[in-house]
Amino acid sequence: MLGYVLLLITVLAVASYFFGRKRAAAVVGGRQQELHSRPSYHGAYVAAWVGLPSAFLVLIWLLLQGPVIDNLLLWSLPPGTVDGLTSGQISLLLSEIKSVAAGNVFSEPSLAVQDAAARYHSWQIIARWAMAAVALSIALLGLFFASRRISPEFRARHGAEHILSGLMIACSLIAILTTLGIVLSLLIEALRFFDRIPALEFFFGLNWEPQIPIREGQVTGGGAFGAIPVFTGTLLIALIAMAVATPIGLYSAIYLTEYAHPKVRAVIKPVLELLAGIPTVVYGFFAVLTVAPAMRQFGDMIGVPIAPNSALAAGGVMGIMIIPFISSLSDDAIAAVPRAMRDGSYAMGATKGETITKVLLPAALPGIMGGILLAVSRAIGETMIVVMAAGIIASLTANPLEPVTTVTVQIVTLLIGDTEFDNPKTLAAFALGLVLFLVTLALNVLALHIVRKYREQYE
Amino acid sequence: MSNAQAIGPTAPNLDWSSDQAQRRVRRRYAADRRLQAYGIIAIALAVGLLGVLIASLISTGFPAFIQTKVELPIYIDPAQVDPQDPGSGKYRALVREAVDKVVPGIPEEQKRSIGKILTSDAAYIVRDYVVDHPDVIGKTITLPIAVSDPFDQLHKGVIPKEMDALNWTQVGWFERLDNRGLVVEHDGRMSLKLDVYVNPEIVEAGPPPSGNFAVLAQSSLKAYLPRINDTSLVDMLAAEAPEVIGARIAAEPDIIGKTVQMYFPLSPHYAVLAKGETPKVLNPRFSQDQLAALDILDGKGLVRTPFNWELFFNADSRFPERAGLAGAITGSFYALLVCFLLSFPIGIAAAVYLEEFAPKNRFTDLIEVNINNLAAVPSVVFGLLGLAVFLGFFGLPRSAPLVGGMVLSLMTLPTIIITTRAALKAVPPSIREAALGVGASKHQVMIHHVLPLALPGILTGTIIGMAQALGETAPLLLIGMNAFIPSIENMGLLEPATSLPTQIFSWADSPERGFVSRTSAAILVLLGFLVIMNIVAITLRQMFQRKW
Repeated sequence: MLGYVLLLITVLAVASYFFGRKRAAAVVGGRQQELHSRPSYHGAYVAAWVGLPSAFLVLIWLLLQGPVIDNLLLWSLPPGTVDGLTSGQISLLLSEIKSVAAGNVFSEPSLAVQDAAARYHSWQIIARWAMAAVALSIALLGLFFASRRISPEFRARHGAEHILSGLMIACSLIAILTTLGIVLSLLIEALRFFDRIPALEFFFGLNWEPQIPIREGQVTGGGAFGAIPVFTGTLLIALIAMAVATPIGLYSAIYLTEYAHPKVRAVIKPVLELLAGIPTVVYGFFAVLTVAPAMRQFGDMIGVPIAPNSALAAGGVMGIMIIPFISSLSDDAIAAVPRAMRDGSYAMGATKGETITKVLLPAALPGIMGGILLAVSRAIGETMIVVMAAGIIASLTANPLEPVTTVTVQIVTLLIGDTEFDNPKTLAAFALGLVLFLVTLALNVLALHIVRKYREQYE
Repeated sequence: MSNAQAIGPTAPNLDWSSDQAQRRVRRRYAADRRLQAYGIIAIALAVGLLGVLIASLISTGFPAFIQTKVELPIYIDPAQVDPQDPGSGKYRALVREAVDKVVPGIPEEQKRSIGKILTSDAAYIVRDYVVDHPDVIGKTITLPIAVSDPFDQLHKGVIPKEMDALNWTQVGWFERLDNRGLVVEHDGRMSLKLDVYVNPEIVEAGPPPSGNFAVLAQSSLKAYLPRINDTSLVDMLAAEAPEVIGARIAAEPDIIGKTVQMYFPLSPHYAVLAKGETPKVLNPRFSQDQLAALDILDGKGLVRTPFNWELFFNADSRFPERAGLAGAITGSFYALLVCFLLSFPIGIAAAVYLEEFAPKNRFTDLIEVNINNLAAVPSVVFGLLGLAVFLGFFGLPRSAPLVGGMVLSLMTLPTIIITTRAALKAVPPSIREAALGVGASKHQVMIHHVLPLALPGILTGTIIGMAQALGETAPLLLIGMNAFIPSIENMGLLEPATSLPTQIFSWADSPERGFVSRTSAAILVLLGFLVIMNIVAITLRQMFQRKW
């Protein structure tokens, strides 16, 4: 149905383009020089009026139809049915009604549910036809309005261009809408979380056991939402990743910018950048398949027990992933140091190494620091490697050989499977998400600020 | 000369040829070379790690591209399969009969275990074939049927038929005893020569002698390896070892309370070890009969290893030997299609507006800052956004490629906008000025001249953005796009689906051995798609890029 409506709107819009073009030519009897705008602009203007409002309406309709019908359904239920139910139970009831309406009857549903299912079914059909009818009438209204305006004096080009500009502005607003959506959704859910669990406990508690029962009869832990062990675990893994990536990235950037033959550089640089193009799920599997067993074996050999999901394995593999970020950003920073500083150093008789360590690196330090901060934010936000290779149980330890958990691991494990927007377990993921978003945002803003300041210094 | 001495105190050693100065110069150049060496080591490490990554994926993933199959001749018995309704025949019985015929003389109680050599889906493979070709009913057909995962791994040599019976710590204990000369041959058996304190609190002389001889034998063995607390240590002694003590006491009752030397026979595995061979046991996944049956099949030339097309054309399955990527590839395709349809036009429109039309004011600055920050937001946060807004607020279906594509398009938009702006910037202003000069409007300049010239750059950026989206996992996990899809018939934009990266994640989590190599193979397929997309992007850039 939806496909047909969209197809119909498209066909109508295309047809009205040709209609508008023909109509414009007919208005002046084929003498195009008498028209202010060329016929195709008249066509485009009409098509825009036919296609855009109706397509917009369909979009809004689709987004709102679900919630509206749900609420109507709840209203129409016999009075007292939904009293005292939590929102989780209500959504369960709704999905039962929907699955009955779709014909999937597992057990004998109650009479009220059967009635509601029949109503749901008929309303859905009504809603679909209503949408088609309203969209079609709006399209025809647009056609009527726009085609009446076609005349030799009508500035159709300006009209079409205004519409185009409006569309472009709307498109660039999506970036703001996305940010707004992220902030609002995280904030709303996190506030609901802090309603149940005090923020103090979340930010300063030392015990993280979020697996609380969602349904009656589930056997789970007691439930504790002190996020400190999760934060320290994240920091530990990020620290290990940076300890791997920073020296390798920095030294390879130094070698590539200062020592390497251009031909070597032309080969090695893309190879290093390959590391950034590999999906993180691949790194996660690599950690599980190769790195963690190898570390365990090595630990057995020297008599140190290493956990199979140790922070070292996850952090180390994450470090590999981050190498190209550090190397390419340091590369840029070193290359941006003015030639004169380099030449001055050589003129004083400094060796290449002395020039690098005593002149170039200090001068490029802000840029390199910016790169490192960006890499840290990347490490903190990285998900798949830690989901696959790090632990799930939050433990407060600084030992890299033991498993720790991270913010992203917790978000994913809390939200996979049972998601019910009505209990602290799910909402905790959003609180963690909010912290993650704010921290990475702060790091990025700081890093970009440092990098920009540094660039201005030499321009 | 006197002048030189006058400067002397401030510049103590101006003699560049002195030993001290030369050493200093050598040291400075050594430092330079050291820095260079560090750089080479760093690059070698990075490239080496990449090499290890690729090599380990290829070596584990390669076996999944072939599949061990049995060319099983099956008689489609009209008594079991109704030609009117071929879908509901007794195919399990047909397969069992076919196996019986090829491997004759299986005792009744072994049939189940022999049947497990073939995949559990064998009956469905036959059924699907017969449903597609109803005319084979009453004839004998030869169908290649995948063998079940352990036998597939065995045939490819991934897991061994026999395993070491003793681990290396156990071998270590044995070697320590052997080095002390305690392992000797006694009465034709490999035995341990141990000193036993015949503790009067444990044994009684009898006759017949009684007591817990086993504890006595074990404690005397433990006395030789005092710091080892492993309970499997006592397995070193044969089961009849305690009898040695009983026999000895019966012969010489006066040894009670004394320490005497006794010869305890070694258990079979250690006895083999004592003869200088490696003790082996059958892999517990297989039974002797199953291996024999497999050998018969192999001997008849029925076991083949063809290229595993099913890896690409089968949907997911609980059984690794039947699992394929078709569902994941279709799901990824739908999600990417939605992502492209949304982010390509929106991205270009936004970029054109910001680059060419937007006035410089606070509002457009805000948009730009927003775009730059969105590019660095962790992907899992976009998953949270999709979960809360698309699923929670708008009530779109869970696991649907439509939602996945929408979330991915929000993530790719910044990439596309940034690269499109770069491509627009690269078009020289003279083009714009010339067009404006002959009276074109700003929009006409854009649509007729600038955009066509910038298009190769825009497309390159879009393809790279799509390649990133193809590899994204975390946001898809959060909106549930890791559904189990056993059939690709009902896939659509609003139906539950999975995608390549989430399929890799689910397979990596599966316990069966066969999924390890399937996961690596799926990764190789994913990397293959990424390589193709990047090559297309690079060729596009090289073919159409113009130097102004």
